[in-house]
Amino acid sequence: MTEYIIRFLVGGAVVSFFAVLAEMLRPKSFAGLFSAAPSIALATIGITIARHGAAYAAIESRSMILAAVGFLVYASACSWVLMRRKVRALTVTTVLLPVWFGVSIGLLWILGAAR
Amino acid sequence: MMVQCKISAIKGIQLHEWITRFLFGGAVCVLAGLMAKWFGAEFGGLFLAFPAIFPAGACLVEAHERKHKARAGFDGTQRGRTVAGVDAAGAAMGCVGLAGFALVCWLCLRHWSAAVVFALATAVWFAVSLAVWRLRKSRLFRRRGRNAAGHAFRPS
Repeated sequence: MTEYIIRFLVGGAVVSFFAVLAEMLRPKSFAGLFSAAPSIALATIGITIARHGAAYAAIESRSMILAAVGFLVYASACSWVLMRRKVRALTVTTVLLPVWFGVSIGLLWILGAAR
Repeated sequence: MMVQCKISAIKGIQLHEWITRFLFGGAVCVLAGLMAKWFGAEFGGLFLAFPAIFPAGACLVEAHERKHKARAGFDGTQRGRTVAGVDAAGAAMGCVGLAGFALVCWLCLRHWSAAVVFALATAVWFAVSLAVWRLRKSRLFRRRGRNAAGHAFRPS
């Protein structure tokens, strides 16, 4: 239970830090880089290493590469829709979230099947 | 293009926005841990690159731009959405750096100390993200005149 409380507090702090950094920076395309900051990884990999070891964290990091590709597709899709359609940002970012999950899990499945 | 840092922008962030980000960030980190525990490290690792900041950030960018225009007496709805789209394009570029961060962690965590790997991976994330952003802004990819949304504007 202590591990999850630490994860929550550290995660909240790191994510808030990067979010505020993104809020302060201009132009917005540059600030957007910080929307894809490795905030969750920075907050949790250290705890993972302490609990399960470096090899376990390395396996998680390998999956993170695939999820980053999923994030790239998701963010590009959001950008495309927001620029061209009259839809609210909340709607677009929520409705398209399965794109991130689908691409990430799809790549994990394809590479897992290939091994 | 000059990069600016407006410290005063912190004042514009409301209390509920701080709380939302903190709670959401904390919840995603707990979720990542639980997913790894229930379904293994391979599946749980996907949540290390979960878009935690991005949806809330895009919504806030949209709202702030809309309010900014409303204060000047204009309807900033479309501008808010377009600026949120620009923010999303930046996030897409940052994902290349995020993949670089993960690659460094994957290759180096078994061999070096965690502190060294984190420092190196964070430097790689920033350098790669910056390089992709600079490349996108360079003459090679620059569009002349009106942007894809069909109206000339310069995102603030």
